[in-house]
Amino acid sequence: MSESSLARARPLRAPARLARAFEAYGQELVVLGALVVLMAVVGAVNPRYLSDTNLVSIFAGNAYIAVAAIGMSLVIISGNIDVSVGSLIGVLGTIAGTLAVGGHSRWVAWLVPIAAGVAVNAVLGALVAYARIPSIVVTLGAMSILRGGLISATSGAWISDLPGDFLIAQKRFLGVPSPFWFAAVLTVIVAIWMRHGAFGRSIYAVGGNADAARAAGIRTKETIVAVFAIHGFFAGVAAILFCTQLQVIQSTVPPNLELNVITASVIGGVSILGGTGTVVGSTLAALLFAAIASALIFLDISAYWLRAVLGLMILATVLADMARRRRTI
Amino acid sequence: MRLDARTLLRHETVLAALVVVTFVVLANQSDRFFTAANLLNQGRFMAEVGLVALTMTFVIVTGGIDLSVGSILGFAAILVGVLWKKAGLPLPVAMGLAVGAAGVAGLTNGLIITRFKVPPLIATLATLALFRGLAEGISESRSVRGYPEWFYTLGQGEAAGVPVQVWVLAGAALVAAFVLERTTFGRATYVTGASETAARFSGVAVDRTKLLVYTASGLAAGLAAVILVSRVSTTRSDMGTGLELDVITAVVLGGTSIFGGKGTIAGTLLGLVLIQALRNGLALAGVKGDGTIVVIGAVLILTILVSNLFGRGGDG
Repeated sequence: MSESSLARARPLRAPARLARAFEAYGQELVVLGALVVLMAVVGAVNPRYLSDTNLVSIFAGNAYIAVAAIGMSLVIISGNIDVSVGSLIGVLGTIAGTLAVGGHSRWVAWLVPIAAGVAVNAVLGALVAYARIPSIVVTLGAMSILRGGLISATSGAWISDLPGDFLIAQKRFLGVPSPFWFAAVLTVIVAIWMRHGAFGRSIYAVGGNADAARAAGIRTKETIVAVFAIHGFFAGVAAILFCTQLQVIQSTVPPNLELNVITASVIGGVSILGGTGTVVGSTLAALLFAAIASALIFLDISAYWLRAVLGLMILATVLADMARRRRTI
Repeated sequence: MRLDARTLLRHETVLAALVVVTFVVLANQSDRFFTAANLLNQGRFMAEVGLVALTMTFVIVTGGIDLSVGSILGFAAILVGVLWKKAGLPLPVAMGLAVGAAGVAGLTNGLIITRFKVPPLIATLATLALFRGLAEGISESRSVRGYPEWFYTLGQGEAAGVPVQVWVLAGAALVAAFVLERTTFGRATYVTGASETAARFSGVAVDRTKLLVYTASGLAAGLAAVILVSRVSTTRSDMGTGLELDVITAVVLGGTSIFGGKGTIAGTLLGLVLIQALRNGLALAGVKGDGTIVVIGAVLILTILVSNLFGRGGDG
């Protein structure tokens, strides 16, 4: 340990500085590189892959997963997990649609679900922090409650006739679809805040070593509740982006959404053991997976094998990540 | 075991009391609940989740988790159908190969976790997608029906008045309880979960224990697949979707600590019975299936909450 801190103290030469940048942002660079290579190769094989329509469907259509993965990354960095986020997004989207159809202003229809997301997840965070129930148990229970409650309340009925000004995900700003702006701006804000803000740093501390964080004067319990509440905010934004993509809202829980969100966080470099990772990585990973799924279609891979290939790629990325981490340690 | 305050507040005791209360309430709600026919029939529905929950108890006691069991079940179910109908193998051979393949799937999880040091949550999250994908790819999303009559004995038949799969589950539970609580392997399972470092220093074969536990988890999912196919008379590639959550809920409700090192087969069985009784009782009382999920989720959180509050810190 003392040896490595000595090495840190010495001034770094250029290659060493590059190596250190790679060490700090290695996973993000790997994911970004994979995204660029994928788009170049598939675009060369089938130019329609890089057409405007397809790029919009990849990046704007999956931006809500990236937004949800920002919150999930914070939860995982704090040493917890949330398997209920998919169900929460389903519930919040249905609330938004019901409000919009019920004649409320679009701001009410957008902001009430986000506030509800914050409230629900603050309760989950309190159960984790104060009642000391492991987060996987709390969110497993919450998933059942939210999912079952949603289907009981709506019987899976579709919400249609949504007012046009409510459909924010279909709007464009400077020619670029709004979901892409949401994902990009939120990612940058959170990334800066996580790196330089005191609270952002304390999330890493709590996830890295809760006892040490407490000894250092960080209020670990409040931090965990706050992390879950913030995660609820991002789930709310994701729900609005998700439910305004189409003209109708299918009031059910999108299948496997929680797995997609967790996968994006983890592949993006957030260690499931807590304490490390960035939201830039998780956003890039969410987009990479959307790009891969779309590429498989353009490469004429049978739709039946799509999920198997995707599963194999997730596994390959995880194994490569573990190999890389062991080298750097 | 003395009947003092600490014994009374053990998680299993709290849970057993909860099961009794549930039974009394439900029996008062509906005449049909507390009948032998209904209870045996419920046992039928419990067997698939139950078998996987037994091995999941081992997995969670080692401090791990296996999210891929539902996908392995789907994968094995598809293999039974495809190997028999498309490849023309005799059905018993197809069944054997399917269960064997499920074991290999579990072993794969174990290898990824022990050789590559991938955290179990991530490893099995990845293979959850992979095995479900294999099931979809191999089956091309077509179902297989029309099995010979004898095949349905396993899922729909009875022996001595009790559904066949209840015998299977009971036998498996006895074996699991014996192995976990009375053998060296069982001790190794607990020690691995309590402190992996200490286990390694004590000469416990940690990696071998984990490999066996995840392989067993795959085999149990394979066996559950055969029973499920026999019960519902068809195979589809989406079989077993979400099974992992039912199974983990039962195990955690049964008092097994998600951090490892603690848990019993008896607790898991109580958790299973409670969930199934709630499902059935609420259905008989006219609550729709989705309302039942809400109650199960709430019971899961409340039980752990109560157990933590009164049971001296629970997992602490």
